[in-house]
This record gives sequence, structure tokens and C-alpha cells, in this order.
Amino acid sequence: MIIAQSISIKKIWKILETVCDPEVPVLTITDLGIVRDVKIVDDFVEVVITPTYTGCPAMDMIAMNIRFALIENGYSNVKITSVLSPAWTTDWMTETGKQKLKEYGIAPPKGNAESIAFDGVECPQCHSINTKLISEFGSTACKALYKCEDCKEPFDYFKCY
Amino acid sequence: MQSNTQQQIPNSKFLIPYCLHLADTTLILSHRNSEWCGHGPILEQDIALTNIALDLLGQARNFYQYAAMLMGVEFDEDKLAYLREPNEFKNHLIAEHPNSDWAVTILRQFYFSCYQYYFYSELKNSNDEQLAAIATKALKEVTYHLRWSTEWVVRLGDGTEESNTKMQNAVEFLKDYVIEFFVMSDYETELLKDAVSIDVKAIQGKWQQKVNDVFEEATLNFVPSPNSRFGGKDGEHSEHLVSLLEEMQSLQRTYPNSVW
Repeated sequence: MIIAQSISIKKIWKILETVCDPEVPVLTITDLGIVRDVKIVDDFVEVVITPTYTGCPAMDMIAMNIRFALIENGYSNVKITSVLSPAWTTDWMTETGKQKLKEYGIAPPKGNAESIAFDGVECPQCHSINTKLISEFGSTACKALYKCEDCKEPFDYFKCY
Repeated sequence: MQSNTQQQIPNSKFLIPYCLHLADTTLILSHRNSEWCGHGPILEQDIALTNIALDLLGQARNFYQYAAMLMGVEFDEDKLAYLREPNEFKNHLIAEHPNSDWAVTILRQFYFSCYQYYFYSELKNSNDEQLAAIATKALKEVTYHLRWSTEWVVRLGDGTEESNTKMQNAVEFLKDYVIEFFVMSDYETELLKDAVSIDVKAIQGKWQQKVNDVFEEATLNFVPSPNSRFGGKDGEHSEHLVSLLEEMQSLQRTYPNSVW
């Protein structure tokens, strides 16, 4: 029974690895580190997630997409629980996630969450660090706006959180 | 999600108004900031202020959800935001004040972010786990708000003669509204006994020191008020909140229970 359960939990994690962030679709929710736990309780699956930014409007959509993905794979009794503590941090973003962000054209968070780094952010296009912060706030809550002084391209930076 | 914890909280009589105070203040300032959407002086700063509005709205939602959980099944976050009367709102008066010009908006955000920064730094150690969790998360966001608003106070204060004059006028304009941050309401005093709330009087010194430091760099003079305004935390508001709520609540009042 315990072995059977751990196999199903693994399967569920595999399914969750296919659910993308609606605003940065190159990242999955497991790349972002927002899935905190998966449990099988009696006949339902419980997925514990934590919000990124407090006001992030993507969270409702993410919860819905998790539900859809699990239903498509035959898990119809799904419970999604949101917890605030411990607070999400960009330190939980996987290395694969950071690499995918870079390839997508968004500079990944630099250093750790405590540092709030804004200097020396690498341009995702030409890899120069001769870049300039345009605005600490960008198109979504998690991003800042930059410009590369070498290739002259503007780009987004995923802020430390 | 936290449905079974209601019985374990003995002081909900005071915890509910405290949560509503925290929710209302962040909601009302969020609404004021969102009025700049599409009207900011330059695109990037319009976006910055609306991002801050979104963060504050997120904080408000967390506090309303918690309040609703304590109040019982007939309440939810939307009812608390959209169907309460002005005299039931417990926000700081500074939050409901009209935006006026960009200088007043910036200075208010700086005062408020500075207050929130020290407030959440204490609240994250609250004996109430949910309040502590919300504060820990919100503090990350407020750190960015404080950076941004500090930079703008310095840029405008130490800018041109005109921008300096406008900022100094903003200091004068808001002077009656800052002391309310540091006046304890009855529910805060009660909750402080169990280390659920924080002592806002105790953060006034830090707040003032930060303001003084930034003002020195910005070549601005802080003006103390002989005539400070209080009462927002206990539901006594200006007519400005009435007109704000009239607009903000109009959809739910006209079409009750409508959803997106």
C-alpha cells in the first residue's frame, strides 16, 4: 500500500511538471518551486501550493490548470490547498528553470533573495553585463525592466524575492 | 483551507477588527494608487505604481480572507471589501486622501512604505501564525516599495527648484496624517497583551529616523503637525472615503453577488 502510494505520488509530480505558469509559459510550476507538497488522502489528491507574489493574478489560473491536468490524467478528486508559510522565494527556482528563463529572453534572478541584486544583471541576448536598470517594476509583479548597453536590446529581469 | 482553526483563537473579538484594519488600509491605498493607471507621468512609473497597487491588493486579500474565516461561513473577502459602509472601514486617513499631484502620491507612498516596512518587520514575529505568515511575505514586497519611493523622494526633492517646491508642499499637505500610524487603537492594545499585534508607538522612532535621513538627502524639511488627524482606525473618516467607496463598490451594490 505504501509503495503503491509513493508510486502514485511520483506520477502526480510528473503531471505537475507539465503545468506551466500562465504569465511566463516557459516555466512550469515545479521549476518555480510553488508546489510544496503532494498527498494522497483516502480517495483524493491534495496538492499544496504557495503563492509567488501576494497579489499575483496568475495564482487562481494555476490552481485551475493543476485541477485540469490531474483530471485529464484520471484523478478527479482534487483538493488544492494554498499555504503562505514558509514564504515563497526565488531561491526555490530550479537551475533548469533559470536556464529556461534565460533562453526565453528573461534574465533569471541573480544571487539569493536577501541580496535584492540590481547590478551586473546579464543580458539574456548577448550575455553582456553592461546593462542598465530602467525600472524596478515591469510587466508583471515579478519582473524589472532593463536595457543592454551593448546590444541595445531591452529585456526583463526576474527579480529576487 | 484554515477552516478548523477558528475555535482555537480566543481573541477573535479583537483579532477581527485588527485584520479588517490591516486589510482596509492596504485596499484603500491600493485603490488610490490604481487611480494613476494610465495617468502616470511616464509609462515606467505608471507601471511601478500599479504594481505597488497590485501588491497592496494582494495583502488586503490575505487579511480579508483571514478576517472572513474568523467571522464565519456567511462572510468572504468580497463581501468585506464591497459591502461594508464607510464607518465600518478602519483604514488610516492618509490612505483615503485624494492623490492630488505626483509629489503627494510619491510622498504618501514613501511614508506608508516606511511605516509598513517597520510594521511588518515586527508583525512577522506575531504569536498569531497567519498574521506572521502574511507579514513575512508582504515584507519582501514592501522592501521594493520603500526602495522605489525613497529614490523618488530624493530625485524630486533634490531635483529642480520646481520639483523641490512641489515636494515641500506635499510635506505640508500630508503633515496632519502621519501621527495616526503610531496611535494604538483599543483592539491593538488588547491584542498586544498576547503579542498578536505590535506596538505601533514603538516603531515611530525608526520611522522618523528613516524619514529624516531621506529628507536630508532630498533637501526637504520635515514639518511636525500641531493638529494631527485621527480616527480612521475606529471608523471615523473624511468624505473622501465615502466617494471612493461609492465608486469602488458600485458594481456589487448595483448587481449584488455578480462575479467575473
